[in-house]
Formats: sequence, C-alpha cells, structure tokens
Amino acid sequence: MPADQPLVVIAKSGSKRWVSAADIAARKVGLRVGMAASKAQAVIANLTMIDADPAADAAALERLALWALRQYSPVVAVDGTDGFVMDTEGADHLRGGEEMLISGLVNMLRAKGLTARAAVSDTWGASHAITRLVSAETTVVPMGGVSNAVVGLPIHCLRLPPDTIHGLRVLGVDTVGELSAMPSAPLSLRFGPEVGRRLDQLFGRVAEPIEPLRTPELVEVSRSFLEPIGAAETIAKYIGKLVVQLSAKLEERGLGVRRSDLIIHRVDNTRQSVRAGLQKPVRDPRRLTKLLCDQIEKIDPRFGIEKMVLVAVMAEPLEAKQIASSLVEEQVVDVTPLIDILGNRGQRLYRMMPVASDVPERSVKRIAPTADDTGADWAVKWPRPSRLLARPEEIETMAVLPDQPPVVVAWRGKRRRIVRADGPERIFGEWWLRPKEMEAVRDYFVVEDEQGERLWVFRAGDGVDTATGSHKWFLHGVFG
Amino acid sequence: MSHARSRVVEELRDRIAHLEGSGARKAVVLPFGVPEMDERLPGGGLAYGAIHEIAGGGAGTVDGAAAVLFAGGIAARSKGKVLWCLTRPDLFAPALSQAGLHPDRVIYCEADREDDVLASMEEGLSFGGLGAVVGELVRLPMTASRRLQLAAEKTGTLGLVVRRWRRQTEASDYGNPTASTTRWRVSVLPSEPLPVAGVGRARWLAELMRVKAGECAEFEIGACDAKGRVCLLPLSGDRQDQTTWRGSRAS
Repeated sequence: MPADQPLVVIAKSGSKRWVSAADIAARKVGLRVGMAASKAQAVIANLTMIDADPAADAAALERLALWALRQYSPVVAVDGTDGFVMDTEGADHLRGGEEMLISGLVNMLRAKGLTARAAVSDTWGASHAITRLVSAETTVVPMGGVSNAVVGLPIHCLRLPPDTIHGLRVLGVDTVGELSAMPSAPLSLRFGPEVGRRLDQLFGRVAEPIEPLRTPELVEVSRSFLEPIGAAETIAKYIGKLVVQLSAKLEERGLGVRRSDLIIHRVDNTRQSVRAGLQKPVRDPRRLTKLLCDQIEKIDPRFGIEKMVLVAVMAEPLEAKQIASSLVEEQVVDVTPLIDILGNRGQRLYRMMPVASDVPERSVKRIAPTADDTGADWAVKWPRPSRLLARPEEIETMAVLPDQPPVVVAWRGKRRRIVRADGPERIFGEWWLRPKEMEAVRDYFVVEDEQGERLWVFRAGDGVDTATGSHKWFLHGVFG
Repeated sequence: MSHARSRVVEELRDRIAHLEGSGARKAVVLPFGVPEMDERLPGGGLAYGAIHEIAGGGAGTVDGAAAVLFAGGIAARSKGKVLWCLTRPDLFAPALSQAGLHPDRVIYCEADREDDVLASMEEGLSFGGLGAVVGELVRLPMTASRRLQLAAEKTGTLGLVVRRWRRQTEASDYGNPTASTTRWRVSVLPSEPLPVAGVGRARWLAELMRVKAGECAEFEIGACDAKGRVCLLPLSGDRQDQTTWRGSRAS
C-alpha cells in the first residue's frame, strides 16, 4: 500500500461507526479522530478503512511495554490504551541521562515505524498529561517543575471519568491551574474523592507506585518482612538469600540471568529498583550477590523496606560445561566476572582491535571486552608513538621541501632543534571512505630533539603538489 | 667473624620478613632479565603482589610517553590478561603492541574520575587471575596506595601505577610517600647513534628512586623491544651531549 494514501481505523460503539485513528495523509486532507465514518468516506472517495481491533492493540502495546522492560527500565507498565509508563529512576544513567533516554526511545520507535511522544517528570500523572497534550516529541520536566509544566493544560488530561470532566467544564473550569486553585472540599462533595486524588497524584502529593508488567516466563522471587528493614548489612543478607532462591529457580529451567532487577518496596508505598547486567548468562549466586550488593549504597530505604523482589528480566539458556580437567592444560582465567563488576559501576570497558588502515586514527577500533580473541596484530613495522593526540596540532617548523624532515619544531610554545629524524612515511588518503581524501597525502617523520624527546610530526601534502594538502606541519604523537 | 655477622643479618632478615607477614608467601618476582638491574631489586626482580610506581621525567611528567611503554613492557612479560585503567584515552594501542603487549591481552577500563580508576584498579588487583593491573593516575594518596598494595598482596597480582600530571610543576607531588614497593622515573635520552642518518633504538634513563629493602640506582637502558624486554647500554661517557646533560643535573 502506498504511504501517501489516506488510511483510517474505524471503531464501533453501538451502531455508531467513527474514526478512532487517522494517519498523516488522512489528517492532511482533513480527517480527524472522532469523525463519523460516513462523513470521512464523503470527504475522500476511495478511503482505506480498517476495523479497529482493541484486543490486538492492547496485546501489541503490552509487547512494546515488555520490550521497554528489557531495554530501558525495571519498572514498566501499560498506561491506558495508548501508552506505557516507566520508572526511569536509577535507569537513566545507563543511557546517558533522561534526555538521551527518551530521545533514544522515540528514535527507536520511529525506526520501527511508530510515532511516539515521551516525557520525563516527577510524577506519573504529569508525564501522562504532557505526552498526550504537548506537541513536542520529547519533554523533560526538571525536578520540582511539575506545577509549572501542567498549570496550563486542559483538565481532560487528568485521567478522570468523562462525566466528571463534563461537569467541571459546566462549572467553567478548563485548565489544571484553575482546578487546583479551587477549594477541594466542595469539589469532592460534588464529584467524589477522585478529583482530589488525581490532582494530588499529578503534583506528587501522594505516591502512585507503578505496578510493573510481568509475564509468566519471568523468573521472580520475593520476600516480605514483618518489620521494615533499613541497614545495609540486613539488605545485603536478604539479597544473598533472594539470589540463592533465584538461582535455584533458574537451574530448574536451565537458564542463566543476563539482566536482573532488584525492586524495593518501601513502607511509604514508593519503590526503587537497581539493575545488574551481565555479559554472559550466569546463575552463580556469589557473582550475582556481589553485583547487587555493589549497588547497596544507591538504595535509599527512607522509613524502611517492607518487601524485596528479585526478577531475572532477561534470561538465556545456560548449559553446564565441563571445566578443564587435564593437569597439563593451561588454566585460562575467565575475566568476565571482573568485567561485569566494573561495567555495572558505569566504567567503559573495551579492547582495541587492529583495523587494516594506514591512517593512524583509523587503525584502532574498540570492541567488546568479552569478544573472542582475534589474534590479529598491527602489521605496521614503523614505530608508533605511545601517545596519540586526539587531533593533530599545528606546529611551526623550518624544513626543506619536498622531502626533508624539519630542522626546527615549535610546539606548545617550546622551540626544539631537531638533531635526528626518520622518514618520510607516506600515508595516502582513503578515498573509498571520504571522496575528499582522493588526493590527500600525509608525510610522517619521527624527529628527535637535543634532549632526546621523540615526536611524530607530519606534513599535509607531498611537498610538491598543493592539491595533496596544505603543506602545513602537524604534530600527531609523542614517542616514549 | 664476618661469617657470624652474616648469620646474624640473615636471622634478622627472617624476623623482619616474619613481622611483615610475607613469611608464608613465596617471594615471586618478575625479573627484567638484565642482571645489573635485577641485583638491585630485592628478590631479583619486580615483586608480584605489590604496587610499582612509574613516572616520566621532564616533558614526560605530562605525557608519560616513556613511562607508559616501560609499564607496558613489564605487563607484556607478565602472564595473562592485563587491565589498563585510565581517564584520558590518548594511549595508542599499536605502540603497546610494539612493546610486546598483544591487543587481545589488554582490557581497557575508562573512567571519568580518578577515584573510579583507583576503585577499578583495586577491584582488578583483588580479582586475581590477571597478569597485571595498570592505572594512569595523577594523584596517589598514601591511603589509596596502601589499599592497592593490600589488594595486590592478597592475590599476588602485579600492580603498576603510571603517574602523569597536568602540569610539569605539579610533578613535585612524586616526592610524597606512598605504600608502593618500588618507584621509578623513566626519562628519555637521545636515541642510540646509528652509522647512518635516522633515529635508532630509543634509550631511557630509568631511575629507581625508591625500593623497599634496597638502594636507589640509575640505569641507562634501551627501550622495550618487541617482547617487552629492556637492555642495559654501556654508559657512554665520551659523548659531548651526555656529559653536559649529567653536569647540568648535578648542579
């Protein structure tokens, strides 16, 4: 089906058929959500109409929420019929902050062909309202800025029943700001406690915990406490007990955990979660306990913890493997546990892999620390500096063209007389990567000054033809 | 008489070793393979399960280019994977490979803060099973170095700290005491003269500034070869630049 052909989804309520969703092309020609189906057909001659299937929609939304649960945050739930809500606290730093998290999420959904809007704020109510009523694709409400952000929004964002909204409209109340300025006693007398509760939830005056989405496949263990706990040692003790239970459950199913979440229910009906990711599936209780206990300092028990839940959000098959039994065989130490520990602390771990490129900055590539050994090494036999500047720095030199090394080099305000030099090592541009490099040439020299400091300098261009470079000199690295 | 005295000295050494708590552990060392250097180090080499500090001299205090290769050569001669913790990712991996450290062996751990480097190093040292743990640090307070030293002692992993500062004047910090077992300063010397024009094998002045149960020493060495080995060069007193350089240092 061509993308520019208008498409609408028709829903039925009783005998009434109406447009429940319209794509961009349909909206362009004037079709709106809520329009009668017959009217829409009258506007466009050969309109494509699809019958709404609320059950399939709900199932698809749940699948999407489950995907978000694995990827983004330990606490995700379906919100209404058209969205999902997630608790990003303690999960945003893994994506480089709140802004990066939601813009990444929206982009990811766009790549799948879905239009989405996302917002981050202090409360579920505010995020719900902003995503549905603010046209910006992503919104981040700063800490404590909820009241300013929602004051001008219309009241139908408050998740209230339609007749309550209608009744409030009759009273002349249109925006959240107007509603929140009214005395609450007469309001609850007339409309019941729901209005006050929703307002309190919106402004964060009462907690609104998110009941996370769960599926039967998720392996989950929990523990409730008679008396709320709070001390770090106690938390560590119960993490250890939960991990043992979880490992036993995983073993029954032959699974190993790749990502596990510890969700903490506090006595004041709020929740916090910590997440531990692993490079390879694991069900060794000691390793899991260490990873989770590493993050105890992030847990804020406030008035006490009444329940702890440990979930294996991502589990993969893990088979038993025989360890090397031969006495002669060299023992290879598996460093994955160490990589997991450091990775969960937010450190960037990588290995360097050679790339077949003569251009120095392109000759290395970062790969995952647990990647298989490539065995490859740099083929170049010329000496390479131990420190490579992120960007070559321009230097002042005196050199005889076309292919003599410089006699004097001035770098960072220090003038050096060059006594020994090696070169040139000519490196050609890689035109298959960037067309601009078709002619580009760099001539590298190793130069040594009177004190014995060895520098790696290059001249842009071959010294004859100006098309190959500007003939300026740059310093690119320092030898040891 | 002298025989009796040496027996007394032996006995005292044993008692000191017992007090230090290293009596049960075998003193394992990583020799340089250069007899003149190894005989200056207690046990005949760099001790495993200890922290060794290496800094650059002159401009090397800022870039640490020679110090990092010296550390890379030591790590290359150890066995197993190497954890390299840093904050400034300007280390060029091909140079390490040319010093004998294969890229498959090095796991880099890049952090935003110095404290995270210390924490990663401690974790790596107490993990056991790594060949060496290298960290590039600006500051190494006494407490932090003590923690690293204890973590290294527990598992017998070799810990190498490459010190590099933001400014050359800040390098006076290197005089402050730390718990490290040896302390080196590696500065560049003019390269080995060749019969033709060109730059020969790089040479370093490796100063052993401090060593537990040993005496300070200075070595003029040739830079790491493709297996990470250094070699001792004959002191070239006849060369003009060498003598003036030594003279200026003494003054």
